[in-house]
Order: sequence, then structure tokens, then C-alpha cells
Amino acid sequence: MDRFPDDRLRLIFTCCHPALALEARVALTLRTLGGLTTEEIARAFLVGPTTMAQRLVRAKKKIAAAGIPYEVPAPQNVGDRVSGVRAVIYLIFNEGYGASSGEEAVRVDLAEEAIHLGRVLHELLPEPETAGLLGLMLLHHARRAARIEDGEIVLLEDQDRSTWDRPLIEQALPLVERAMPGGGPYALQAAIAALHCTAPTWEDTDWPQIERLYRVLRVRLPSPVVALNHAVAVAMAVSPAAGLAQLELLAGALEEHHLYHAARGALWMRVGHANEASAAYRAALVRVGNEPERRFLERRLAALES
Amino acid sequence: MQYLALLYDTESEADNDPAELEAVFAKYFEFNRQAEAAGVLRGGNALMPSATATTVHVRDGEKVFTDGPFAETREALGGYYVLECENLDIALEWAARIPAAETGRVEVRPLMQVEGGLNS
Repeated sequence: MDRFPDDRLRLIFTCCHPALALEARVALTLRTLGGLTTEEIARAFLVGPTTMAQRLVRAKKKIAAAGIPYEVPAPQNVGDRVSGVRAVIYLIFNEGYGASSGEEAVRVDLAEEAIHLGRVLHELLPEPETAGLLGLMLLHHARRAARIEDGEIVLLEDQDRSTWDRPLIEQALPLVERAMPGGGPYALQAAIAALHCTAPTWEDTDWPQIERLYRVLRVRLPSPVVALNHAVAVAMAVSPAAGLAQLELLAGALEEHHLYHAARGALWMRVGHANEASAAYRAALVRVGNEPERRFLERRLAALES
Repeated sequence: MQYLALLYDTESEADNDPAELEAVFAKYFEFNRQAEAAGVLRGGNALMPSATATTVHVRDGEKVFTDGPFAETREALGGYYVLECENLDIALEWAARIPAAETGRVEVRPLMQVEGGLNS
């Protein structure tokens, strides 16, 4: 057996060991497997280089002091541990998109690092959910050129699909097929993304299938954002009124989420209720955390009230 | 490497039920047997309930004794094991088999390695 793939696997599992703090796992993985410098990682996560250097040193000290082994986990534990590795990779990918505050809505380097890590993991340990994760990241990344225009957010429904990276989408589709039999959360999310990426337009998208996939995803991956996206799919597959009713059910859980109010605003707009839409967008503005999203909501509100 | 496994669990009146106690003892007996057979057991003991604890601290030469454990928490320290394992993953595997891990929590921490000192 080739020694080198083994070393990379051992590195991945060691860097992502659950005994390390999550931010340490992220930093160590990027430093050791991603080949980023400490300064680059610090900049990517908006911390000072000294802070990041200390984080890395502490992580390495813990590995030595606690006796974290430089090994691929025992067969009975690999499943759980791979799950953890995927979580770290996806966290890195998400840091590359929509930082929760600040000016940059898209930090491309991190996303590409995460995709690279996903490729390595998938090559060394091919599993349906890893294929799903890689497919999902490729499909998101394929749309990066369309997502921002002059520094401003462009919603999926308004994106210029001719700028989507078709080769990347083509790479992702077989991965999604490999992932689906597992039915895991990454597979489901990738399948939804694939339906968007292969649709000619927003209107001409297989919304009923997307809605069905979200229903399953809500069970596999219960989260506010998933619930929200499901409601949007309901609005498209059934009607805006049905979408609004779906959102009503989520009021308790999502009250503090700006996206919840933004979704309500959009649907109220579609059924022609400008006052309710305004109120919803104002509620979203009070809660929004990043500048590009704030400007987007302000434009929506301005358009409504003109 | 030597690891200390600290067993934290809730203390309740149900602990005094003879039948439940027997069941718990049996689980610990089995754990001890397995750990002993695998050669990882270096020590261990149950502790008396946290109500029997007294905490000491000395400040400016003055000794202060307080009734009860250091931390009044929902889960109290109820016992410990010393395990000798090749690495953390193996220690964690054993810690997961300690009965308290199912009902409470087990903290696993390496003992300080001192040349020819405390643990040799």
C-alpha cells in the first residue's frame, strides 16, 4: 500500500481530532493540509497573526500532552470521525462565503481550500456523504461569479446563469449521484443544489422535487435555515400564500433570524401586500449582521417604498 | 501514558435502592474485570457522596475549612480510575466503557509525566 495517501489520512484525522477545540481543528487543518501560512489563515478568519500562531501552538501542545495519536482511527470509529472531518471542511468552505459581518461577502481562497480538502478526503476515503459534501461545495462554488455584482448581492433568482461554471457543475453531478443512495444531509443539499444548477431559469426549476428534498432534509438536518429554505420551496412549488403559511409555523423558532423576515418580506411583496412587506424588511434590517446583506435589504425596502 | 478518568454523575436518592445499587456494582465489576484483563487498570476507587466532602484553602496563613465539595454542581465527582494506555484514543475508548459515561460524564486527563517522580 502506498505510504503517502496513508500519511495524508493520518494528518487529516489528527488535525480534526475531537479532543481539539473546533477553531484549533480548522486552523491546524488549513495549516497542515491546506498549506496556508499562519498569516493567511489569520487574515481569512479576521484575527491577528499572533493570535493564530498561538492557536496553532496550543493545538500542537495539546496533541503532544494528551497523547493524541497520529493514526487513522480504528474501523469502528472511522464513521464518526469522518463526520467530524467533513464538518471542519464545510466550516472552512462556509467561512469563504457570507462572512457573518464585515465587508467581504465572499472570500474565495478559503472556499477553494475547502474544495481541495474535500477532494483529498474523497480520494482517500470515498464515502457517499463525502461525495455529497464535495458535490455540494462544487455546486455552490460554480455560482460564485453570479453571486456578487459590483460588490452587491444578487439572489439566485436574479443571477446570470451564463456565468455559472458549467465544468464545475458537470464535475459535481456524478458525485451527487454517488451520494444520494446514502441519503445523508450533504447528499440531500447537493441534490437540491444540482437541481438549481441544471435548471435553465428560476421559474423553470423542478420546485416540487426541491420541496420534497427539503422535507426529507428537515428531518435529517433540522435547522432554522433549512426550515426557511423549505418554506421558500413551498412558495415556489405551491403558492406564495402557502409559503407564507409555512413561514408562520416557524415564527417562534426564527424570530431573531434576519433571513426569516427577509423571506416574509419577499413573499408579501409577491402577493402585493406592500405594507406587510415593508414591515418584514424593516424587521430583517434590525437583525442583519453583514454589510452586503444590509445594503440588499435597504434596496428592497427602498424599491417598495418608492 | 497514564490518564486519570474522573467520573461525574448526579447523586440522587435512587442511589440508595439496593436493587439499583447491585446493578451498578455489577457494571463496574465488569468494567474492572475487562480493564484489568487488558492491562490498562492502574488504580481507581469510588468516592463517598459529595456531602461527605470538606474543602480546604489557606490564605495569608489562615486555614479555612468549608463544608461540601469545591464546586456545587448538578453532577458530582463520584470516583476515578487511573488508566495506562498507549494514546488518547485508547484511553477514550476505555473511558466510554465506564458506567458513569452513560449516566453522567467522564473527564480524561493525562497525568503529569515526571521522570522518576510521582508516578513511577
